[in-house]
Amino acid sequence: MTSRLPLRLGIAGLVLGSLFPFVWFLITSLKSQHEIEAVPPTWWPSGSLEFYRTALFDHHLLDYVLNSVIVAGGTTLLSLVVGTPAAYALACLRLPGQRWLMGGLLCISMFPQIAIAGPIWEILNRIGGLNTHWGVMLPYVTLTLPMAIWILASFFAELPTELEEAAQVDGCSAWSALWRIMLPLATPGIFTASILVFIYAWNEFFFALLILTRPEQQTLPVGIALFQGEFTMPWGELAAAAVLATLPLVLLVILFQRWIVSGLSAGAVKG
Amino acid sequence: MNGTAPASATALRRDRLAAWVMVVPALLLTLAFALYPVAQSLMSSLRRRFLGVPALGDTFVGLENFRLLAQDPVAHDAFARTLGFVLLSTVLEVALGVAIALVLHEQFRGRGWVRAAALIPWAIPTVVASQMWRYIFNDQYGFANLLLYRDQVARYEPWLASPAWAFAIIIFADVWKTASFAGLLVLAGLQVIPDELYDAAKIDGASAWQRFWHITLPLLKPALLLALLFRTMDAFRVFDLVFVMTQGGPGDATQVLQFYGYKTLFTEGRMGYGAAISVSVFAAIFALSLIYIRTVGSRLLGREDR
Amino acid sequence: MADLELRSISKRFGDTRVLDEISLRVPDGSFTILLGASGCGKSTLLRTIAGLESQTSGHILIDGRAVDDLPPRDRDIAMVFQHYALYPHLTVRDNMAFGLRMRRTPPQDIDARIADAARLLGIEPLLNRKPKELSGGQRQRVAMGRAIVRKPKLFLFDEPLSNLDAQLRSAMRLELKRLHERLGVTMVYVTHDQVEAMTLGDTIALLDRGRLRQCDTPQRLYRTPADPFVAGFLGTPPMNLLHGSVSPRGDGWRFQSASVEIPLPPPSFRIPAGSHTDTVLGIRPEDVSISPVQEPASHLDTTVDVAEDLGSDMVLHLSAGTQPLVVRTRPNEPVHPSHPLRVFLPHRALHVFLDERRVDWT
Repeated sequence: MTSRLPLRLGIAGLVLGSLFPFVWFLITSLKSQHEIEAVPPTWWPSGSLEFYRTALFDHHLLDYVLNSVIVAGGTTLLSLVVGTPAAYALACLRLPGQRWLMGGLLCISMFPQIAIAGPIWEILNRIGGLNTHWGVMLPYVTLTLPMAIWILASFFAELPTELEEAAQVDGCSAWSALWRIMLPLATPGIFTASILVFIYAWNEFFFALLILTRPEQQTLPVGIALFQGEFTMPWGELAAAAVLATLPLVLLVILFQRWIVSGLSAGAVKG
Repeated sequence: MNGTAPASATALRRDRLAAWVMVVPALLLTLAFALYPVAQSLMSSLRRRFLGVPALGDTFVGLENFRLLAQDPVAHDAFARTLGFVLLSTVLEVALGVAIALVLHEQFRGRGWVRAAALIPWAIPTVVASQMWRYIFNDQYGFANLLLYRDQVARYEPWLASPAWAFAIIIFADVWKTASFAGLLVLAGLQVIPDELYDAAKIDGASAWQRFWHITLPLLKPALLLALLFRTMDAFRVFDLVFVMTQGGPGDATQVLQFYGYKTLFTEGRMGYGAAISVSVFAAIFALSLIYIRTVGSRLLGREDR
Repeated sequence: MADLELRSISKRFGDTRVLDEISLRVPDGSFTILLGASGCGKSTLLRTIAGLESQTSGHILIDGRAVDDLPPRDRDIAMVFQHYALYPHLTVRDNMAFGLRMRRTPPQDIDARIADAARLLGIEPLLNRKPKELSGGQRQRVAMGRAIVRKPKLFLFDEPLSNLDAQLRSAMRLELKRLHERLGVTMVYVTHDQVEAMTLGDTIALLDRGRLRQCDTPQRLYRTPADPFVAGFLGTPPMNLLHGSVSPRGDGWRFQSASVEIPLPPPSFRIPAGSHTDTVLGIRPEDVSISPVQEPASHLDTTVDVAEDLGSDMVLHLSAGTQPLVVRTRPNEPVHPSHPLRVFLPHRALHVFLDERRVDWT
């Protein structure tokens, strides 16, 4: 075999390149204010947890975390509840124009936020959805539906047609076939879709910025984007907040990278 | 879809009804929060109206907003800049994605961990990534200066204050954030290339480079196309990076279309003109997604022709 | 238990006729085989009976009642699928119980039926396993068990043995036959395997390109095929079919093709004198004799191309001019490639088809 050296270099470059900014923020978050302000910067932190304390308590980080949990969790739940039957119908039942519906969904997932932002703001303004969690969840669910439906539809389509037919012969209606047979078999798909929808909703910034203007409802990305100090940019607190906001995602990725990879490439290379 | 006129109409109708009931909630949401807003933007783009100031009136002005847009040098710059951003970032992302995919395709111990590491840039919020890079390129405390100039503090560069550097850094941050996504799409394409082909090429005397060039790359074409189109459409929508890192500055050096639209709509409140910008962005992306669906979309769902 | 009647069932996909005016009666307790090559429409017909597909025109009657508008769940049928379609997330017991639960059968009834069926099929030790822990043959049994517990009016089988290896297949074939005799239920069974069709069915409906070619008992289908297609479909090796014409000659008739001429006895029915060009003469390989016979027969001079000794018998590939002829005979006959061989065609074994229809020549 040829030398493994290029591969080793590639792996090292990949890991280092991917993690470096995160690591630098982690280092920063563990410094003291004095170390932060040193010019030139210090390389190693003293290991102070002061910034985590101030981020959590002075900057009310936990409130943002809570808002993000509500919004991302709610979006995930709703998107799957709405998306699963739709995906099943599109993948397994005879629906006229299903090709167009799937194509249309794909188009919608590519909509630029700006093209719908104005009217969505006006709708929410009219129905009192501005500065509410449900107000931001409505566009989130809509925009994550295409992703959820495509992932789930590709899972449903891979289940043998015979199973569904056996269920029909055994006395199932379309609904009970979905609930009793197809759904239990598609749990990996549901899981994958949930993770991806959750990550989307956890990270989304544009609509959150637009719809949530009061800090009490704002989610983490808005909080972090608008992070301000009284006089100077509070980099230490920001780094601590960013590390805390990212930690759940890092955990998700480490635990479920296999599902994430399968979900991201779902449908991409079939045929 | 099947061209039969069924004799057993009621049974079929019942099944079809159930199928429709299953898709209706998704359709309604899509209608209310995606299609209606687009249509509404289209209508708004033909009017002169202002956010939250009904006193200024709401009048139909025809294509006036588009005429203004055609003459707006700021919009022209934003458009050209967005195009440049899209082109540079997607090409770099897909190229880097191929490299990432080639690494992840190999067998080695701890591959799961490396794959997870590669996914982290994709998984973290863009806002967080933006703050990280903003800090790294900070003029006083940034890692970039530390790395380049150590303690020669006088030479420290205010990167984000330079128009050219700011634009380059935005592209750099975007590539960092999304190359792994492109890499995963490419990886999925790599995994369907049968090993036999490489064995056959080895027997035929092809070098590693020749195998890559004559087998991997041609067979990877669909995956590359997919990654390229996905990334292109997404890059058109760049916003978070600009908002956090530069606010469009310095000057207008990093003002991209979506950010310009955002400012026009929500800071200046010019709903009509902002809608005209939105509609233009939408039209550009819509054209791209049509190309996408025509080239790869139809192959994705094979089951409908049963 | 019930009878099934198909009245001119047609199904079209655009311009393609998948099923073309199929009419068929399956009497109560019958084991009817839908036989044909792949793509002949047999599976589509079965799925149409099940209600999984819908016909373009025509009617399906179960027990005299039209079920055209009923979804599969209301037709009171059970189906055994080609790949068994066992629910992977349910145990064998739950797989069998599923259809009954959907129909709200009382639990004690369900348990009793499952116990009966499991005993009948010998799958009692498997009841708590999941499908993936079963072998192919066991899955097959469970699939049948799932159908049996339902006590449906009609059992439908879609090539259920095609995924088993040869040995298991013949064992299961026997078992299916026994099962049918024991239960006395109505079964419709799709297969492309003529051995399955001949051994299992009391009636075979032979389909070709969406059309019903002949529906009869296996024996009559084999002995008196209605047309050259049916004649050529059944039998291994299949019947020899010679294309040519018949015309009167002297006090008898003769069959003539490009390279052979075979004298025939006078026909047993009135037939206009003169030449009939669209004629097919058929004879089964086992009916051709390589030694003179006692009964009226014609002979043909041939050359041996290949002799295949199968142990139990021997298959000879002969040619008379350009006309190939296949003969099945006892093994160890002194036959050598390239040698001439005179064969005898007994008249009673000849099948004559005029204009694609069988005529009783002798």
